[in-house]
Amino acid sequence: MEHIVIIGNGISGVTTARHIRKNSNKRITIVSAETKYFFSRTALMYVYMGHMKFEHTQPYENWFWKKNNIELKEGLVKSVNTDTKTLLFDDNSDLKYDKLIIATGSKPNKFDWPGQELNGVTGLYHKQDLETLEKYAPDNKICKRAVIVGGGLIGIELAEMLRSRKIPVTFLVRETSFWNGVLPAQESEMINKHILKHHIDLRLSTNLKEIISDENGKVKSVIIEETGEEILCDVVGLTAGVSPNIDFLKNAKIKTNKGVLVNRFLETNITDVYAIGDCAEQQKAIDFRRPIEAVWYTGRMMGETVAQTICGSKREYKPGHWFNSAKFLDIEYQTYGWVFSERNKKDYEAYFQWKHKKENKCITISYHKDSHKFLGINTFGIRMRHEVFDKWLTAEESIEHVLKHLADANFDPEFYKLHEPEIIAKFNKEHNSAIKLQKRSWKRIFTKA
Amino acid sequence: MKSIKHIGLVIFLLGLVIFTSTIFLGSFGMSEKELDDYISQKDYKSEIIKQELSIAIVGKELNIFEFSAAVRNAFETSNQYYDKLIAKYNAEKNWKKKGEQYQYKIFGNPHTLSYEIAKKSGNGLVKGNSGLFWLLTFGLGILGALLYILPNVILLGKPGIKNDHIYHKSATNRGLIAWLVLVYLVVFYLVLYFMPDYVVNWTYILDPISKSLNGGEASQWFVYGFLYCVIMLVMGVRMYIKYRHNKYQIVRTTSVLFFQIVFAFLIPEIMVSLGKPGYDFKNAFPLDYDFFFEWNLKSLTESGSIGIFILVWGTLLTLVIVPVMVYFFGKRWYCSWVCGCGGLAETLGDPYRQHSDKSLNAWKLERWLIHSVLLFSLIMTIVTLYCYFSGANSFLGINSQWIKDTYSFLIGAWFAGVIGTGFYPIFGNRVWCRFGCPLAAYLGLVQRFKSRFRITTNGGQCISCGNCSTYCEQGIDVRAYAQKGENIVRSSCVGCGICSAVCPRGVLKLENGPESGRINSKEILLGNDVDLMQLLNK
Repeated sequence: MEHIVIIGNGISGVTTARHIRKNSNKRITIVSAETKYFFSRTALMYVYMGHMKFEHTQPYENWFWKKNNIELKEGLVKSVNTDTKTLLFDDNSDLKYDKLIIATGSKPNKFDWPGQELNGVTGLYHKQDLETLEKYAPDNKICKRAVIVGGGLIGIELAEMLRSRKIPVTFLVRETSFWNGVLPAQESEMINKHILKHHIDLRLSTNLKEIISDENGKVKSVIIEETGEEILCDVVGLTAGVSPNIDFLKNAKIKTNKGVLVNRFLETNITDVYAIGDCAEQQKAIDFRRPIEAVWYTGRMMGETVAQTICGSKREYKPGHWFNSAKFLDIEYQTYGWVFSERNKKDYEAYFQWKHKKENKCITISYHKDSHKFLGINTFGIRMRHEVFDKWLTAEESIEHVLKHLADANFDPEFYKLHEPEIIAKFNKEHNSAIKLQKRSWKRIFTKA
Repeated sequence: MKSIKHIGLVIFLLGLVIFTSTIFLGSFGMSEKELDDYISQKDYKSEIIKQELSIAIVGKELNIFEFSAAVRNAFETSNQYYDKLIAKYNAEKNWKKKGEQYQYKIFGNPHTLSYEIAKKSGNGLVKGNSGLFWLLTFGLGILGALLYILPNVILLGKPGIKNDHIYHKSATNRGLIAWLVLVYLVVFYLVLYFMPDYVVNWTYILDPISKSLNGGEASQWFVYGFLYCVIMLVMGVRMYIKYRHNKYQIVRTTSVLFFQIVFAFLIPEIMVSLGKPGYDFKNAFPLDYDFFFEWNLKSLTESGSIGIFILVWGTLLTLVIVPVMVYFFGKRWYCSWVCGCGGLAETLGDPYRQHSDKSLNAWKLERWLIHSVLLFSLIMTIVTLYCYFSGANSFLGINSQWIKDTYSFLIGAWFAGVIGTGFYPIFGNRVWCRFGCPLAAYLGLVQRFKSRFRITTNGGQCISCGNCSTYCEQGIDVRAYAQKGENIVRSSCVGCGICSAVCPRGVLKLENGPESGRINSKEILLGNDVDLMQLLNK
């Protein structure tokens, strides 16, 4: 029986295993050094905040793996020999495979800052990072201040976590406004304000120079690059993005760049070796996507795809329309299609924007300034229906069509105040148009593109 | 703000301690004349009960426990005396004499018999100062709880999901405090159901309110109903603050408070004051398991047109209104918008919702148990109705009285009360609704097979974080569906809407829509290659 070995038990590896099991009776082994059982790392923050216990982050009960005949091996892979099709572990044991799937995910970026290996310096990615936080930042007596370096999605989550334990947080962000490489100014500025409202000491246009140690090899303070200011702190969170976790491949014949290089079939240069998820790097980027996509759902989709290939129906990885979501403290964010920030805006791209007068709600719709084709939407504080936007993007609808039928897309809980009339009124005013909001129609919602 | 909370907690606990210790206050005893009046009013034929009771309580000043023991002993002595005579005449085969003895026996739960006498025998602090004691118990309790809850408007910070530290606190993480609350609640229910005479002092506190509402003195059930409403109101305030960003929760909380206070409490009391049978118009059979009991049918048929109306309404409610509403809105319209049990679970029980067991085994147990209780209630009702119309004592070999008593004891008292509410702090706030309620089982079948209600999963946005599953009070592993892009259509879902509220990515929405496509099992989620999706989801 063919032996499929998957390195990594994150969402990519586990999805692959599940789908191979659905379609075959191949022998499947998942290897992990982090935890025995799959857990959702997106939920680590909720464990620290006391919303959940660690066991709640595990989507499958522990009997699931045995019942589905998926073997779990705990161990750290030291190297891969693709000639003999063997994995070598750090305890010098080995494991043979017939097909290998590399799904080892990411590790937090470190940019050779002096002091980045000190005790009390941590990313927020692995289960072990949670243990580090519990040790160095259990409360605001042991951790009198924390400094977070890097203003992205993980940085703001870490800030929220630490604030839940009333730990003062200084948040160093390289950009002039939070995440403005991705978000349009309207949204980025709204998030800036929201961060300050949560009593987080947000420092924009600020870089880390070095981390200073105390006499015991623990963090004492950080030095700011621009001003030379020293900020005393007990914990430093490094959240300046992630990069593929593939150091164990450095002596292997598998071709790598930043990540493991793969083609659209998620195949590496070596036969029977595949790479998926955060650690895979597309040889050529797919539409506007980055070659390496460290996103939850793309890991899942690559897992779904590679499982088909392995089970005999060869499939190309074709992620559909871009979408994503996040939560910035209390503000939910969803995006469908492409909305670029002012910094990266395409020359044909125009915005229509609306913002609520008092509440933290706003949207930006990108459309083609000549054809008025709908390109994408960023929505803050209003939930929107994925399927409806996906359909509109496929059908290349105009912004007028989208606005007219915006009620179809609303996904807020029942009884919520709907803002569509206001939104459309603003558009009509700006464009001298007369779009009339249509009532929500189940028929339209369920019609396929 | 913090200190206001602490002061509130102290005041609340003080109120609770006073409330609990009122049980031990006062003295109980009757004069000869009062006893005579009581016995003639009750029409006891026993010749020795009067003598026994007279020895036990006349001119005495006993505490409630001594009093209860003495009274129960008197009844038992009397009954034993006639039991002996019955045995004697039985041995002598003197059937006539034997038959005559039965009229002297006094039936009923000893604690209930004792409660009735105790209610008329109390003296002392509580009975004489019901207003003052209302303030010291209910008053302090309400004041303290509100002082504890209201500062949250500021302390919880900006509107949004407020679940910080739930698993760090003893009270909400099955710690010592949770266990103490469990013990208190269980003991409370045991006493209320099985030893009401012990808490007769509580009824004195509410006598004035009861009299003003229905003209009569408060019973232990009046105390329970009043307490129920007060607790729901106070904990409803907590819900309003915690979920103030979520309109669905605000409207839903208002609805359960309205139906509890107006339908379950005020209307029945007012009906009683008008000399009609007190009826909770929203309490549907088979949750209202004694609706078809002989005594209720008798009482309704003898109450004129209002009685007939109730009879027709109650039947229609179960057979037509409930299933039709479930078709359009899901069982949530009842379970988390209207029902009293649900109302308590959604207010008092909200801090414990995360304790429901999400394992597959728990789901199996749930299906076995809840459908067994539904079957039990139906068999009981069939037997009862057959016996009511035919005049027989049993049907299909099942004794009507026996099955009613068994159901009332096991399901009505133990499952719904002692376990259902008592176990909140450890096993979650919907133990009864999930494992025991026969109405929920019935609604669940309709919801699962013929309804427009579903929780829609928003395409491929789920990140499997597990907030939804953790906070599902019904123990549904919501994430298991959401992460596969499937809608959630489960018989047990009461539509509380918390999964949708706690979702950080806007993945879940409760809605009523067309039946087709409601259950959408998927291999591949939205977002992936369109051809692959279509191929595999076919």
